[in-house]
Amino acid sequence: MFDILGEILETMKRNKMRTFLTGFAVAWGIFMLIVLLGAGQGLQNGVRSNFEGRAINSVTLFPGWTSMPYRGYRADRAIRFDERTVDFVRTNIPEVVNLSAWIMYRPQSIAYGKEYGSWNIEACTPDLFYLDFMVIVKGRFLNEADMRAKRKVIVLGKQAEETLFKGEESLGKYVEADGIAYQVVGVYDRPQSQSFSSSLYIPLTTGNQLYNRGWGIRGIEFTVNGIDSEEQADMLTERIRALMGPYLGFDPKDTSAMYVRNSAKMAAETQKIFGYINMFLWVIGFACVMAGIVGVGNIMLVTVKERTREIGIRKALGATPWSIVRMVIIEAIFITTVAGYIGIIFGLGLTELISRGLSAAGGGGGGNTPAMFQDPTVGLGIVFAVLGLLVTCGVVAGLIPSLRATRIRPIEAMRAD
Amino acid sequence: MYCNFLLTGASNDKNRTDIMIKIRGLNKTYNLGSPNALHVLKGIDMNVAAGEFLSIMGASGSGKSTLLNVIGILDNYDTGEYILDGTLVRSLSETRSAELRNRKVGFVFQSFNLISFKNAMENVALPLYYNGVPRRKRNDLAMEYLEKLGLGSHAHHLPNELSGGQKQRVAIARALISRPSIILADEPTGALDTATSREVIEIMREVNRKEGITMLIVTHEGAVARATDRVIYLRDGVIESDKKNEKPVIEF
Ligand SMILES: Nc1ncnc2c1ncn2[C@@H]1O[C@H](COP(=O)(O)OP(=O)(O)OP(=O)(O)O)[C@@H](O)[C@H]1O
Ligand SMILES: [Mg+2]
Repeated sequence: MFDILGEILETMKRNKMRTFLTGFAVAWGIFMLIVLLGAGQGLQNGVRSNFEGRAINSVTLFPGWTSMPYRGYRADRAIRFDERTVDFVRTNIPEVVNLSAWIMYRPQSIAYGKEYGSWNIEACTPDLFYLDFMVIVKGRFLNEADMRAKRKVIVLGKQAEETLFKGEESLGKYVEADGIAYQVVGVYDRPQSQSFSSSLYIPLTTGNQLYNRGWGIRGIEFTVNGIDSEEQADMLTERIRALMGPYLGFDPKDTSAMYVRNSAKMAAETQKIFGYINMFLWVIGFACVMAGIVGVGNIMLVTVKERTREIGIRKALGATPWSIVRMVIIEAIFITTVAGYIGIIFGLGLTELISRGLSAAGGGGGGNTPAMFQDPTVGLGIVFAVLGLLVTCGVVAGLIPSLRATRIRPIEAMRAD
Repeated sequence: MYCNFLLTGASNDKNRTDIMIKIRGLNKTYNLGSPNALHVLKGIDMNVAAGEFLSIMGASGSGKSTLLNVIGILDNYDTGEYILDGTLVRSLSETRSAELRNRKVGFVFQSFNLISFKNAMENVALPLYYNGVPRRKRNDLAMEYLEKLGLGSHAHHLPNELSGGQKQRVAIARALISRPSIILADEPTGALDTATSREVIEIMREVNRKEGITMLIVTHEGAVARATDRVIYLRDGVIESDKKNEKPVIEF
């Protein structure tokens, strides 16, 4: 076996141009495949990261106004969520993982000493932390104890902290909003999100007590488990309506009474689009690889013709048909594998380079540039699958010309001067 | 100069017979069954004893090369019988005939037929590759044979860096290296000048005498034929005459 390889390597070394041309076709094909797949992955990652830094499988319920009469209630009635509604949702929908409810207030003037600014105050439950992908820079987020005691505590956004405190330590200090003093317990940031991180958070219970203007809770958001398809997402929405309607007193078919935003459905839809984009890129990439393979086959065919005389001589000296087939096939496999490997290295190198360049330019500490393209890398599994494909194709590319080579008759081959 | 032919190892063929070639009523037609069929060999009968040094002459188109190709198992025949060194050569598989060629036959051609991208040593070693001899050993043996033929200093030259005579000596070394029972040479001096032709024929004579390898040379040249022990004349596919040459002389 070693000897066979040695003989073939020798032959390839002495025919450098031929070997190079053959290899180049394959390396180029595989390179393009990886770059294309990387681009697809990059696009996907980029758009994913633009999901406003929100949990992908989440459902949000917003109260509205009824438009149909229901069980004796008139139409045009305001639907209200309160803390009991929150508990009802938590206990009656088994898919719920993390759940948060909030009351959003209009922008408020908030002051610390002489410094002041205007931010939204949002009263929410502690679980919002898990739904909104925030990062605590300092201190902590709200907790259940804050909720129970209705503490006047506040979590600032990074910008708000900078504006108000100018580098001074903020934890434990009091800021003033609308005549009420709140103690700062933490500072958060949303590095993944391009949307505002301008809300300041206080406990839901505190907000309800201090600011209740009869609107109740403005939204309930929860993440759900086990929703993978659009159909499942739609079914969940239906089920929630059927459950909440009788409880809050509206017709489950009355969509204006309660708005349900199901991002699981949105996610499933985007997933489908990405499926198409990926398929498209695969088709193009595969066409590139096929072009490479056809190139190899073609060059091997020409080569065999060119080598008619050599093959004739080898046969006269006692080369069996099998040894000729073996020679051509192993050469084809060898070239496709090595060239494919080189293409893979370059392809991965380029995607890696782009990936680094992008994260250096955009991501970093807290840059807020929207990333349409992020981390364009290809999985190792795919790379190995492609390598396997290459080897298979190497065999096919070698088989046709080698079978042709076995039919070469030594006398005729050697006569060609 | 080239008198250093000592047997390196025993002859590789245990059942070597006294009769090297036995041909009975051999016929060959090119394009059999088609309108332009050409009956080239018309009932050839011939025997060649082991260790003979003989030549085949005849006009162009008389079928010399065809006969040599049949004898060398490079081509098949239609009817008759051909026994090479005790083996009946008749509808053999490609693999089997490749094996037979490798073990029993060495070829020398007018156009040398060296592989252009292999150097002299690698060309000489090639038959041993198909015989499963390890690389190291076959290269050593190739060097040995090249030295015997006075080409030790040119072992690493490519064919296009060698003169015609040198190329033919490389081809002879290659034919010799697998220690065949018979060497078939189709116009080995056809592309060479007289001085080089003489050199090549001297070497072949030497190989025949010292190694006892049967040598069959197809030639146009009277001088070559006069150097052999026996001359067969072919005319239109039949043997016209078959004469012993009592006093072979090498004079060019
Ligand atoms: N492969 C082939 N197919 C058809 N006809 C062939 C083939 N090879 C040889 N012939 C014909 O067979 C006849 C004998 O050819 P061959 O080569 O045996 O002659 P030769 O005696 O060697 O001639 P030369 O001295 O010119 O080499 C010629 O007429 C030739 O044209
Ligand atoms: Mg001829």
